[in-house]
Amino acid sequence: MRDMKELQVSLNQTQKVRLQTAIQQLEKFTARVSSSADASVTVAETISVNHEEGVLKGHGTSEVDGEIVATLCGVVEKVNKLVYVRTLRARYKPETGDIIVGRVIEVAPKRWRLEINFSQDAVLMLSSMNLPDGIQRRRTATDELNMRSIFEENDVICAEVRGFQHDGTLHLQARSQKYGKLEKGQLLSVSSYLVKRRKQHFHHLQDYGIDLILGCNGFVWVGEHVEVRDDMITDDQENKPELSKPNFKSMSLEEQEQTYTPLDTRQNICRIANAVRVLTSLGITLTVDVIIATVEMSKTLNFDIHEMVGAEFYVQVAEKEVERRSSSTKKK
Amino acid sequence: MEYVSPEGLRLDGRRPMEMRQIRAELGAIAKADGSALFEMGNTKVTAAVYGPREVENKSQQLNDRALVRCEYGMANFSTGDRMRKPKGDRRSTEISLVIRQTLEACIMTHLMPRSQIDVFVQVLQADGGTRSACINAATLALADAGIPMRDLATSCSAGYLNSTPLLDLNYVEDSAGGPDVTVGILSKMDKVTLLQMDGKLPMETFETVMQLAVDGCKAIAKYIREVLQENTKQLEYRRGL
Repeated sequence: MRDMKELQVSLNQTQKVRLQTAIQQLEKFTARVSSSADASVTVAETISVNHEEGVLKGHGTSEVDGEIVATLCGVVEKVNKLVYVRTLRARYKPETGDIIVGRVIEVAPKRWRLEINFSQDAVLMLSSMNLPDGIQRRRTATDELNMRSIFEENDVICAEVRGFQHDGTLHLQARSQKYGKLEKGQLLSVSSYLVKRRKQHFHHLQDYGIDLILGCNGFVWVGEHVEVRDDMITDDQENKPELSKPNFKSMSLEEQEQTYTPLDTRQNICRIANAVRVLTSLGITLTVDVIIATVEMSKTLNFDIHEMVGAEFYVQVAEKEVERRSSSTKKK
Repeated sequence: MEYVSPEGLRLDGRRPMEMRQIRAELGAIAKADGSALFEMGNTKVTAAVYGPREVENKSQQLNDRALVRCEYGMANFSTGDRMRKPKGDRRSTEISLVIRQTLEACIMTHLMPRSQIDVFVQVLQADGGTRSACINAATLALADAGIPMRDLATSCSAGYLNSTPLLDLNYVEDSAGGPDVTVGILSKMDKVTLLQMDGKLPMETFETVMQLAVDGCKAIAKYIREVLQENTKQLEYRRGL
């Protein structure tokens, strides 16, 4: 199995046994709750449709000699007459309205190119984002020249999927103050099937003073909380000194204060990031509740931040997940 | 030299129709989109798939399908005598091309226009049949990366020594200089995507040897399918609802 490939954990004998039992129990729960486990297919496997007429072939299927055959490994889903294969490990497939986190790789004329774990780079047009001053107007040549003052190469950005253009390129938009550059935090890239589409992808964890963004594309941002409203007004003045590359020597004390992140916030960022790392290497779906529960668990059991990516915590998270699922199935 | 003993056993103790032990593992490389480790006896190969991703060289971009690239490499330590030039020799270039063509036949490239898929295969231990092992590893890695494919491409070799058809030649048998047939098939569709032969064989014998190799391919396909099925189930179980 692919366990622990991402985290180099070495388990001792008892931990191995405990992990195995935990995983077997997870297997049982899934099998009990839904029949989806039986519906898993591999490449070139025939999908039985019980001789129904007029079946619609969706993603991951093709027709060979009148039979529907899977072209991917995944789980067969049937919605009325539509039959498709939902992939597990695969690159991100964008849908309009998805909230994503990406990294700028190129500043091109009137646009930024972003790496978003899709088969192509996404495009964020200068015209499809709000200017820092918040005024609605036509973008001028000056704006175009000042693009690097908004986003530079390697900046991490949060945006929304606007849709595919007729030529097949993916366009993004950032028309709200909640979108934009992400600073003072960590970017984690996980498999995109572990993030489900929800109403909420921005989470402000008040207890920790942290912003958590679960991008649909599998990029997870854990960063210091920023007040959205205040930012909008002061953005223009505040960002000016940063534009000319933050240089601690030339900065006044006041400015240093602004860019300074307190130690406990930084520790919280690391704790949450490590929780995400452990959960993803176990292959558990990322939701805020599970992440917070994992962080809380690490605190109550007195695990240091660095111990969270160790063997013992890894096994305990797996056991905790079993507990959580068994209690949730009982409720039903 | 005697490659098949009077008792009907080969140098490594196998029967003529017997394959070496195969073992596969998914997710051998954490950073890749899909990866696999494939072993056929002492031959050990890793494959890593990156993509579909943005085309690096814009002039190579294809507007109706994906660009498939493949790089085959042999580790310096993979053979008994240390290799001088690990990359860029004719043999590697040829095998890269063979693997690329075989994979291109089964990947549904038209679903991913304007993108590229990179496949890197690396031989860690060479003991004959590296070509076949590489194709099998690459197929597994592609399936792991969630790239749509028409069918699983699998490959196996067979030879003809001491007037006996032999399945899955190892290094000693391979270097005996006898005819050596490498076959790649799409297992479900029963189509041949690769057929290479060194040496000469009469038509009738060729057919039996090739049939033997095809049977070997099918056995490998069965095993690969099991591995993939198990992996898919595990991912689904763990993910939860």
